[in-house]
Amino acid sequence: MGKQLLLENINVPGIETLSVYRANGGYKALEKALKMQQSEVVDEVKKSGLRGRGGAGFPTGMKWGFIAKPEGVPRHLVCNADESEPGTFKDRYLMQHNPHLLIEGMILSSYALGANTSYIYIRGELLYVYHILEKAIQAAYDAGFLGDNILGSGFNLNLYCHLGAGAYICGEETALIESLEGKRGNPRIKPPFPAVSGVWGRPTVVNNVETIAATVPIINMGGEEYAKIGVGKSTGTKLISACGHINNPGVYEIELGLSCEEFLFDDKYCGGIKNGKKFKAVVAGGSSVPILPADLFLKTAKGEPRLMSYESLSDGGFISGTMLGSGGFIVLDETASIVKNLWNFTRFYHHESCGQCSPCREGTGWMEKILNRILEGKGKQTDIDLLFDIQSKIDGKTICPLGEAAAWPVASAIRHFRKEFEEYVNKPEEIVDVKHYYAVNNLQQSAK
Amino acid sequence: MSKEIRFTDETMALVQKMIKRYPEGKHKSALIPMLHLAQMEFDGWLDSPVMDYVASILKIQSIEVYEVASFYSMFNLKPVGKCLIEVCRTGPCWLLGAEDLVKHIEKNLKIKDGETTPDGMFTLKTVECLAACGTAPVIQVGETYHENMTCESVDLLLGEYKIKDARKTHYDIKHISIK
Ligand SMILES: Cc1cc2nc3c(=O)[nH]c(=O)nc-3n(C[C@H](O)[C@H](O)[C@H](O)COP(=O)(O)O)c2cc1C
Ligand code: SF4
Repeated sequence: MGKQLLLENINVPGIETLSVYRANGGYKALEKALKMQQSEVVDEVKKSGLRGRGGAGFPTGMKWGFIAKPEGVPRHLVCNADESEPGTFKDRYLMQHNPHLLIEGMILSSYALGANTSYIYIRGELLYVYHILEKAIQAAYDAGFLGDNILGSGFNLNLYCHLGAGAYICGEETALIESLEGKRGNPRIKPPFPAVSGVWGRPTVVNNVETIAATVPIINMGGEEYAKIGVGKSTGTKLISACGHINNPGVYEIELGLSCEEFLFDDKYCGGIKNGKKFKAVVAGGSSVPILPADLFLKTAKGEPRLMSYESLSDGGFISGTMLGSGGFIVLDETASIVKNLWNFTRFYHHESCGQCSPCREGTGWMEKILNRILEGKGKQTDIDLLFDIQSKIDGKTICPLGEAAAWPVASAIRHFRKEFEEYVNKPEEIVDVKHYYAVNNLQQSAK
Repeated sequence: MSKEIRFTDETMALVQKMIKRYPEGKHKSALIPMLHLAQMEFDGWLDSPVMDYVASILKIQSIEVYEVASFYSMFNLKPVGKCLIEVCRTGPCWLLGAEDLVKHIEKNLKIKDGETTPDGMFTLKTVECLAACGTAPVIQVGETYHENMTCESVDLLLGEYKIKDARKTHYDIKHISIK
């Protein structure tokens, strides 16, 4: 195992309580940060090279640097704990077991940004985690880490949890802001960016749970030390939530730059494919990223070993690469049907489209219908090209990236596994063994 | 609905605390948390008089509540059974057998997805990714995640909920500790 900065104490009994968290070095980073200038805290994060862990990988220090500071207007930090990207379950794990790590990160990050009221937007389904956070926040108030004049620094902060109610799109930062304002989760057109006009029109930074948590070790060890971990512009550690057909599903903290082969096959991590089956494909960074066939995951198109880093995973662009994304790592073995898997994700995006942009609203529905038809053995050869055509007309033509998130999996599945689609179309009697269960009349097609 | 729609005093106190979490004049932000409370207090779903009541507390138009309630999948706009069984149907759970679980429950309870048993006990609802893919397939009942489910453990689960106090199977966001 590499360095464990976020999960180091995750199995310490009672770590969710303030006393045990403190006994294990907790709130030291906050004490240190409060003795620094706000801009110095931002500088440490800049030096660390930390990139957003929510999926887009945008440099966190730079994002913080963009926050507008108009006179007399409050600023806000909002933690994105909406975690809904299929395959991703790292934030839940972290919050559930070590809530104070997030809370400490929220306090020091709010200090750096000059925010006096901050929110943790947590998806509604995670009510039990909400309770854990509420309890931990109360403990932090009682100990003087929240509220007025924190640790005598003169800095005031109120931190609140806000419960969502079931909508993947609310993970998109501007939809999240709308939702926090008590509205439908319709993404906003950017610009203006949240850093200028976010929640209630005020400058706002939205950061993922893991990003905020990572600021704690960064302040403890210093940005430069943090930047020494990892490879190139992929600094530090990353939580990967591994699932699907593997022996050891779970959340792993890896040093960025670990070899993909080691991550998938070593017993310390995924432990290889379940039931002695063959490795077929992987969706390496949450359902939105392009799927990769086994060989292209282990080695780049140039034949170099692929690494778990932002750059290496995207080597080859969308032709032969993918993305690190949120770290949702879904492994498919030889028995998995790529077409069926794609249909499931496409159905998901159709269901979750907010409906503002026609290419996304209609396109995802059309793609779902066509995939349904193919799975039922009623597809035509031209359907495959039609699918590819539709996705290309969603990509880049929508308000928010959900459109792309729906398009890329389709493009990559056809690019790498076209044969499989053709088999469904040409030999349905051989392939379509079980009647495509998800027939429209069976499972509720939730009303839009 | 003929009975009077009113939060209990305890819930009302909570609502007032929730509203205070947002800046003055931005109380609409409390809408979604309040709808959770309302759903919990009024039989697990949001009838329109309930939504009108929520609107009146927040001093906003009813339509502002309807449009929000209809957007979020956790808000039920139809009556549901005492025990709402939510089965994850997204990719990783699907890969690892959620489809069989759904079929099994449908057969066992003689209802389809989205339906309620005639005795009003169970509602089956398939939902999207619950962020528990490492312990797939997952079923959520109320607050509780039931992980690594099999047809056998589903049977045990259904048996267990049959004898439980059904109110506990709905969301209970009351024990929150708000400053
Ligand atoms: C459809 C969609 C869903 C998203 N879901 C999440 C999410 O659940 N959690 C998250 O942190 N970021 C999510 N994001 C990314 C956010 O928009 C945003 O980039 C992120 O919260 C920024 O934080 P970071 O810079 O710390 O990563 C999503 C983006 C899109 C387009
Ligand atoms: S791309 Fe889809 S989800 Fe995003 S704003 Fe447009 S319709 Fe809504």
